[in-house]
Amino acid sequence: MLDVAYLIPALPLAGFVVLVCLGRRAGDPGAGWVATSAIGLAFLSSFIAYVQLLGKDGEARAVVKPIFTWIRAGGFEVEAGLLVDQLSLTMALFVTGVGTLIHLYSIGYMKGDERFPRFFVYLNLFAFSMLVLVLGDSFLLTFLGWEGVGACSYLLVSFWFERNSAASAGKKAFVVNRVGDFGFMLAMFLVFATFGTLDYQGVLSRVDVLTATTATAIALLLFVGACGKSAQLPLFVWLPDAMEGPTPVSALIHAATMVTAGVYLMARVSPILALSEEALTVIAVVGALTAFFAATVACAQNDIKRVLAYSTVSQLGYMFLAVGSGAYVAAVFHMVTHAFFKALLFLGAGSVIHGLHDQQDMKHMGALRRLMPVTAVTFIIGWLAIAGVPPFAGFWSKDDILLAAYDKSPLLWGVGVVTALLTAYYMSRQVFLVFYGGERWRKAPTAGAHAGGGGAAHDAKHADDAGTGGHGAHGDAPHEGPWVMTLPLVVLASLAALGGLLNLPFGESARLEHWLEPVFGEALRHVEASSAHKQALAAAAGGAALVGIAIAYGIFIRGRRTTAFEPPVLQRAWGIDALYSALIEKPGHALSTFAARVVDARVIDGAVNGVASLVRAGGGQLRKVQTGYVRNYALGVAFGATVLLGLVVMRAGA
Amino acid sequence: MTLDGGWYLTLAAVLFTIGAVGLLVRRNVLVMFMCVELMLNAVNLTFVTFARMLDDIGGQALVFFVLVVAAAEVVVGLGIIVSIFRRRGGTTADDLHLLKG
Repeated sequence: MLDVAYLIPALPLAGFVVLVCLGRRAGDPGAGWVATSAIGLAFLSSFIAYVQLLGKDGEARAVVKPIFTWIRAGGFEVEAGLLVDQLSLTMALFVTGVGTLIHLYSIGYMKGDERFPRFFVYLNLFAFSMLVLVLGDSFLLTFLGWEGVGACSYLLVSFWFERNSAASAGKKAFVVNRVGDFGFMLAMFLVFATFGTLDYQGVLSRVDVLTATTATAIALLLFVGACGKSAQLPLFVWLPDAMEGPTPVSALIHAATMVTAGVYLMARVSPILALSEEALTVIAVVGALTAFFAATVACAQNDIKRVLAYSTVSQLGYMFLAVGSGAYVAAVFHMVTHAFFKALLFLGAGSVIHGLHDQQDMKHMGALRRLMPVTAVTFIIGWLAIAGVPPFAGFWSKDDILLAAYDKSPLLWGVGVVTALLTAYYMSRQVFLVFYGGERWRKAPTAGAHAGGGGAAHDAKHADDAGTGGHGAHGDAPHEGPWVMTLPLVVLASLAALGGLLNLPFGESARLEHWLEPVFGEALRHVEASSAHKQALAAAAGGAALVGIAIAYGIFIRGRRTTAFEPPVLQRAWGIDALYSALIEKPGHALSTFAARVVDARVIDGAVNGVASLVRAGGGQLRKVQTGYVRNYALGVAFGATVLLGLVVMRAGA
Repeated sequence: MTLDGGWYLTLAAVLFTIGAVGLLVRRNVLVMFMCVELMLNAVNLTFVTFARMLDDIGGQALVFFVLVVAAAEVVVGLGIIVSIFRRRGGTTADDLHLLKG
């Protein structure tokens, strides 16, 4: 039963192995099709597993499929296996589903890139790692996937490593994530010390032995790990820079899947979180603050991808707000809808960048809706979805979160609603700047030579530079991409429009909630509120979205302006990067300089050289004993003989 | 008239000391070489004396070994001294300090 689950991670792994061996031969676009079919089949396997799980009772839907004993050392034993339950399968479904669409899109986007096969090697390795992360049946296996996606993120962010900015963005992503991973590791040590196992089922079924303090410690340490991976305050700084990677990477890794791993981890350990009200409050507050903070920054960015990056940070904040409010289903729901509409928006942005020959500055776009109709229509659907306009997907999931947040604290709800307004504003600003208004791209400077606000990330080495015919020269009209690029847009747009159907808040339509309920059980907080109350809250959230859109409409369409409310402090993300630079980088640099110039040169080299010169000086003194005069040696012999004789005599006498 | 064994031993000690001091203070390789011979024979005398005193033939037998080895050593040593004399025109030991560290 459910053996098909093995195929879910195995297929991308197989794709990875095949492409490592034969990728160069498969070439462009063969390698892309191999990778796409590998993950497409993984999606199919996930779907079959889903159907098989549906045949079981709600409580019996958590199945562990063992693979092998991974580590056996004394009392420490880790079985590597797959934990297939409602939560992990939901993750697997949308990871493989959205992943397939993005793989397909990449075939068009990366066309002509000199490292085309390698790109798909990394993508498949990423898909495998991500599936290990969500399907792993122990903290350690999840951690393996966690590190795997981190490594792939590094490889893909710095995919165009000839550019200095891309190379350092990859390093930044890796280093910042390391801070979070440290928290994750400490949490695992604590879990093992407390339970003697790292197995999810072994741990989560016995959480009642935890003291409140230990539960808080584990929860907060895991949250530190989640903060790193899911780009929450204060560890979000790597995500905007990660936009240096190719746009499909931004869509897949830095919007839809990897960055939601932190939310998944929190949902997975919900029984532990349930024991610690303090930890939940911390998570909710950090989530709400991140959501608000990132939304304000997104309002002032000019780079089309950076707006979306900060938007992602902000939406992830919403998910953590949901987790902190005990609304795990809402978090997962938003994770899924966010994967739909944010992947759509990123792919749409990629399509625009592709069409404009690597132009990423929104100030040099405009009026693209006539020239790129498919992109425009799908992007607009994504916009309405993320802004929270009913009846698009984002409205329902965000509404769920805000309802739970209101139950937790009206203050958090207030932050959430203001953030919703900001979200609607900055997304409308983006849509109006890109697809409406005047055609500012005609007199735009050559792409790549221009640095947009806030150190923009340009896909300057974009695939088309290799000249695939048709658009070699700059300045020809923006155009729509090939069908492999538009098809994913259309599919994702339908999902973004209809995703709300997964979990409508009307009685029996709350499918996702019924499906996921057995996983969270007691930990899930049920909001008791009258329907009038609920409707008022939903109206407030929807109203905030409309107000945000209206403001943007007034400024950018009616007012025909291209700049509004972009103070430098917001463009520089409240100076957080500068703060880290001053607080960590500078002292770190000073410390390294000290270590290199003083500790290494004086102390370490000094010790080595000191021993050497001591031996040398001692030898220099000792060589004087060797005079070369026979009489001296003879005297030595005589003296030695006398001493020996004396010893013998004394021995005999004693 | 027989002499007491102690006299022989005293004589041997005196001879040995003369040899040792000569070896240490003289510079002429040939003289030093003769001093070594003096020491060897002083020891031989001791062996013989003890053989008589303790009535043990082993001491006398050992003297033959010493004589044989000394004879061989003289051959080699004199050969070296002659060749040094030929090369350097002198046999002062202190001129030969090539092994100085």
